[in-house]
Amino acid sequence: MTNAVIKVENISKQYRLGQVGTGTLSHDINRLWHRIRKKEDPYLKIGEENDRTAGGESPYVWALQDISFDVEKGEVLGIIGRNGAGKSTLLKILSRTTTPTKGNIKLKGRVASLLEVGTGFHPDLSGRDNVFLNGAILGMTKPEIKRKFDEIVSFAGVERYVDTPVKRYSSGMYVRLAFAVAAHLEPEILIVDEVLAVGDMEFQKKCLGKMQDVSEKEGRTILFVSHNMGAIKSLCTKGMLLEKGRLSFVGETNAAINKYLRAGLVESKGYYKNPSPRLESDILEIKVLGKDSNISERFAFDEEIRIVFRLKVSQKHFDALLGFRVRDQLERNVFTSQVPINKFVSRAGEHEIQVTIPSSILVPNRYEIVVGFHKVNVETIQFLEAPVQFVIEETGTDFFQYAGNDYGCVFVDCDWQ
Amino acid sequence: MDIKDMDSNLKKTDWDLVIKPKTGFFDLHLEDIWHYRDLLILFVKRDFVAQYKQTILGPLWNIIQPIFTTIMFLLVFGKIANIPTDGIKPILFYMSGITIWNYFSSCFSNTSTTFVTNANIFGKVYFPRLVLPLSVVISNIFRFFIQFGLLLVMMIYYQVKGEYPIHFGFSWLLIPVLVVIMGGIGLGLGIIISSLTTKYRDFTVLVGFGVQLLMYATPVAYPLSYLMGKSYKWIVMINPLSPITEAFRYALFGVGAFSPATLGYSALFMVVSLSVGVFMFSRIERSFMDTV
Repeated sequence: MTNAVIKVENISKQYRLGQVGTGTLSHDINRLWHRIRKKEDPYLKIGEENDRTAGGESPYVWALQDISFDVEKGEVLGIIGRNGAGKSTLLKILSRTTTPTKGNIKLKGRVASLLEVGTGFHPDLSGRDNVFLNGAILGMTKPEIKRKFDEIVSFAGVERYVDTPVKRYSSGMYVRLAFAVAAHLEPEILIVDEVLAVGDMEFQKKCLGKMQDVSEKEGRTILFVSHNMGAIKSLCTKGMLLEKGRLSFVGETNAAINKYLRAGLVESKGYYKNPSPRLESDILEIKVLGKDSNISERFAFDEEIRIVFRLKVSQKHFDALLGFRVRDQLERNVFTSQVPINKFVSRAGEHEIQVTIPSSILVPNRYEIVVGFHKVNVETIQFLEAPVQFVIEETGTDFFQYAGNDYGCVFVDCDWQ
Repeated sequence: MDIKDMDSNLKKTDWDLVIKPKTGFFDLHLEDIWHYRDLLILFVKRDFVAQYKQTILGPLWNIIQPIFTTIMFLLVFGKIANIPTDGIKPILFYMSGITIWNYFSSCFSNTSTTFVTNANIFGKVYFPRLVLPLSVVISNIFRFFIQFGLLLVMMIYYQVKGEYPIHFGFSWLLIPVLVVIMGGIGLGLGIIISSLTTKYRDFTVLVGFGVQLLMYATPVAYPLSYLMGKSYKWIVMINPLSPITEAFRYALFGVGAFSPATLGYSALFMVVSLSVGVFMFSRIERSFMDTV
């Protein structure tokens, strides 16, 4: 017997693009004509996948297509995906501000949605009035709000200002008060969209803490959309990835995050060629080579990585430095290494400099390098942000069973005694 | 498994809410409005408090507007056009017409923009949408009573001065009925228009001057009796607002051309427009965010 409190069955949502004008009227009439004859809506057949960059033929797109999933009581489901993947549309349908085109959703318990903080706040009303108004909009009754009023005001930290119109509030105070109202709702299901993107760090932590309390202690179900992988990671017990309106993954949080990060990156490449090198000195080519000396982008954990830089150097840059920094997919810098080129270069012209990253140090992950060719504090000859990338595969490290977990960037063979 | 267990199992498959693409024709969820009655009251309060924030005269504006309109009517229709007022003291005649007309026109035009002006709230959170137009009508009832109070003050003034005695009788009981019918028609037509404007904004333009034109087709600035024998009288006769205006004057002053039949026509019109409005509104409210 499952304990699902949300059951989403084959949800699809179609949107019409472009302006509403006379064309819309003719479609409406055609649609009505089909309905009268009890035929299927002709425009439901012609929708396209929601890909914003590729120009489509049809003015109809599917923002969501055939989404089905269950959420159990007490779960915190993190919904991730790129912009336009359908996250907000899904939340809108769940919070009943719009309807699905097809499919249905079954819910158990009171639903409160926080797609925005401070919905219905009126700038001219005092903080007190707005707490009552906003609470009522979110579905609280007057006695409920009265009971929690002091708690809300002190959570927001605006005791002194309760009787001042909210338009006089600082934006931080405004948002804190708005979130405080929402945080004190007592729904069985809470739907939250990116509201944490506002407020200072301290308040964000407070909000995350409050949400965690809500789900853990009070056993409430939360659906949470965010681009902040840290927040998703620390809050959610389950992750869901949407891609172009389709459900691409639902399950373990870290697995969902990794899948998202992987899908988000451009195809890795092990070769870079400078399209327009400068006259005097520049980096011409960068190659990432595997053990067979072929250009490669995938490496085993216990494999050395060779990077070859082909440079053009003029006389005045003999004292320059060549350096690179390895960065992981969370944009954390792992290490930096540099060399004065006069160690290898003594005449003007083209040169190759090779560096080897030792094996068994970088943990399985995706990396990019940042390359700098410069004279310290004098001149930057060339600076390349991620010209080449490579992947270290999990090929049986000591940590293979933690795949998907973040256990650091480097492997250190410590001496245990 | 005993019966109790079976019961709890059955319960587990009970969903509190099912979100479907389309609902049945009679799926109105009117009972939801009752759950949100606190919100309704708060909206009314917000309307009042917020409207006159940072004004010196505050709610006095509710009185100033009808006074000036009355003076204008007195000049244009009374002095220049010389239209008779059924034997009622002209200033009271115009003021009574304006009071009941203002009530209708603000009910109608404020509810007709429900979806468009509240799109930002509606897009973010669910509550029964009908709460908003209802709150508009309720706050207009309060405004009506303020203006009605002004009218009473004027009537008492002329009574004291001995120029025009107050006609007081059972006919005053008609007033609450008229307020309900007038508000009902305003709400009904308003939500029909607001449902249509979500997709086609043409109707907003229509309401703008439509209300103005409609006032001239309603006996606000002239009595219905003035049109006796005129060929275009039918325009005013088919207007369901005419009997209400006339009945309002009848209730107050004992003069007015209305019959139970014409008032019944107005009441029927209210029922029809309200039902059509509520059906349209509840069909539109669920998906209007996509088209608004």
